Amino acid sequence: MSEKLLLGLSRRQVIRGLLATTAFGVTVKFGTGCTSEGSEQAAADSGTGGGDGQPITIGFIYVGSKDDYGYNQAHAQGAQGMVDKFSGQVNLVEQASVPETTEVQEAMRSMIDTDGAIALFPTSFGYFDPHIIKVAEEYPEVQFFHAGGLYNEGLPDNIGSYFGYIDEAQYIAGIVAAMTSRSGKLGFVGAKPIPQVLRNINSYTLGARSVKPEVTTQVIFTGNWAEPIKEAEATNSMVDQGIDVVTCHVDSPKVVMETAEKRGIYCTGYHADQSALAPKGYLTGAEWDWTNIYSKIAEDILAGKTLVDGGIEHILRGGLKEGFCKLSAYGSAVSADTQKAADDVLAQFMDGSMVIYKGELKDNQGNVVIASGQEMKQLDPKLEEMNYLVEGVSGSIGS
Amino acid sequence: MKSWRRTLEAFCLPFGAILFGLILFGIFCAAVGQNPLAVYGSIWKAGFGNWRTFQNTLIRAAPLMLTSLCTALPARLGLVIIGNEGALIIGGLAAVSIGLVLAGSAPPLIVQVGMAIMGMIAGGLWIASAGALRHYRGVNETISSLLLNYIAIALLNHLVGGPMRDPNSLNKPSTYPLPEADMLSNIPGTRVHWGLLLGVIACVIAYFLIQRTTFGFAARTAGGNIRAARIAGLSVGKLTVIVCFLGGACAGLAGMVEVAAVQGAANESLNVGYGYGGILVAFAARHNPLAAIVMSLLVGGILASGGVLQRSFGLPDATVLVFEGLIFLVVLYSDSLYGKFPFFKEKPVMSPPPPAPSAPTPTATT
Repeated sequence: MSEKLLLGLSRRQVIRGLLATTAFGVTVKFGTGCTSEGSEQAAADSGTGGGDGQPITIGFIYVGSKDDYGYNQAHAQGAQGMVDKFSGQVNLVEQASVPETTEVQEAMRSMIDTDGAIALFPTSFGYFDPHIIKVAEEYPEVQFFHAGGLYNEGLPDNIGSYFGYIDEAQYIAGIVAAMTSRSGKLGFVGAKPIPQVLRNINSYTLGARSVKPEVTTQVIFTGNWAEPIKEAEATNSMVDQGIDVVTCHVDSPKVVMETAEKRGIYCTGYHADQSALAPKGYLTGAEWDWTNIYSKIAEDILAGKTLVDGGIEHILRGGLKEGFCKLSAYGSAVSADTQKAADDVLAQFMDGSMVIYKGELKDNQGNVVIASGQEMKQLDPKLEEMNYLVEGVSGSIGS
Repeated sequence: MKSWRRTLEAFCLPFGAILFGLILFGIFCAAVGQNPLAVYGSIWKAGFGNWRTFQNTLIRAAPLMLTSLCTALPARLGLVIIGNEGALIIGGLAAVSIGLVLAGSAPPLIVQVGMAIMGMIAGGLWIASAGALRHYRGVNETISSLLLNYIAIALLNHLVGGPMRDPNSLNKPSTYPLPEADMLSNIPGTRVHWGLLLGVIACVIAYFLIQRTTFGFAARTAGGNIRAARIAGLSVGKLTVIVCFLGGACAGLAGMVEVAAVQGAANESLNVGYGYGGILVAFAARHNPLAAIVMSLLVGGILASGGVLQRSFGLPDATVLVFEGLIFLVVLYSDSLYGKFPFFKEKPVMSPPPPAPSAPTPTATT
């Protein structure tokens, strides 16, 4: 029996090694990104301790990496901006790529026990139930702030929730997109047909159709928050259909923006500023402005206010006016007329006179979802249960 | 009978490999400007330093023990199964379905046992199908089990987003939650759930099954030489399917534990890589169920230290994956060193007949 040997290894060993290596490649999902920043911890530690007494420690937990050009980057920038504002008074501890399992519970415990954090910001929606609730019960003296909005009476009262109506910024992005588009066809790459995503799609479309009623939005759902291949395929197929402005709601808009730029069409961003990814085609974008909110909360904590004694509201909400979100700077392809139209609507949002959802509003099946004469203000809880696509959107939310 | 030299070899090689992996990781740390010794110290402290942090390691090790068996058991038959993730998901889905049906009408213990059994059956059938395809249709079991993972993930997303969705789970689609009373609690005095104990028990049972029973002997025989096994009258097909079923059942149980002890409902958080982590553990443990317990703890400890690496050293969040990857590759390639060190060779004087030509040596080249 002859066994061919390669570098002293039998064929079986080589095959086994290759298989296992492949499996491992799948395991660690190579390419989930490497975060390169990280010296802020040291910088914060060496703070001179100004202000009154000891600096406080605040912990941030992200579900992905801090430089994903998306959801997590927006939060990380907000955290950093907050610490810069209160340098010497606030220490920042951060942990990225923490899945929504017992791992996030352990990360929270470790931040509290080891780093002495007195307030935590676990930023992913899925951290809430059961993880934050469980740890909040264990540590009643620590305050937990969660992005997403699920606080209700009966939960531990050291939990607070904050979130922004970023669909206001999407509405304006829709206006810019419609006025810049030549074909009148817009594209939206969504992750899942859940209320938050549907609301962005609808606001974007309503914004677009407020200036050009014949504009349509094609929606493609990829099925998950991070599906780079499907996102690229969706964007490419949209370009092939003649769509010339795309936007998205996925964890990292990077792939959609880069694909749009490569195919020579326009795009509007989401979560964070992506103009660096598409210098030619980037029109504007709906960005979170977490620095503002985090600074406000940090200020309250430094002033000794807590969620428990009612000094800090359990539910913080807001849109453009309250500074929860903002628009990216207009790109070079945006005409002066378009800028003016968008700025006018922005001014209406800023003075509180703008209402996006008002009757008569039909969904894309022809059913009336908001009767004529009716208005739904942003705080309306019905909007948080949105389960339809408005007229002008082609696509379906499935089952 | 194995001689002490062989046993020593089986201990020295993996641990030597881990040591070598540590050195490589130290070089990596030095390259990004951190003191490797301080990093080692932190990893140790974060993973195994005291009881409080060690619990973190135990929590992470629990699902790995169970999922590793999904690869380790079929490996004794010579099959490379990597469908752990899929079996875990299917087990979790089955468990939550039966849990929701039984909840309220049966005492918690019955609900939990029902969930465990359903989870095991579902996970078992999932992997058994890969084994059956292998034996009866000649489909490569590695590929089919890998692809079954994607089917399981798609099924999870479909069921959780559609038919089984709780309409109240607005922005993170989930199934209806299990009542608090029916969930698995923590081991008293700790924050570690009972899944850890299930994992240890499963590994010990698997060890005895494979090493100490005729069934295990038959499986190992079939794994060693399938033709010889047939000639000896063993029903290789049945063995393949049963062993795959058992492996899948363990991963399915891990899914049940994840649902019943951690999440309280099935949702996309079932699919976070415990199954893939189990493959790593199984290979690093050389498919020995007892070694899998130790390896799970080691991998759990490494993963547990990930937070500290980020927070105290400002290392990127992928650092812990680099570490895990280095250890894994080094351990795997150390496999090729068995029989290469004269020190560990059997002394010919001790056993007069010449050693069986089992391990290929370089002199066997054509």
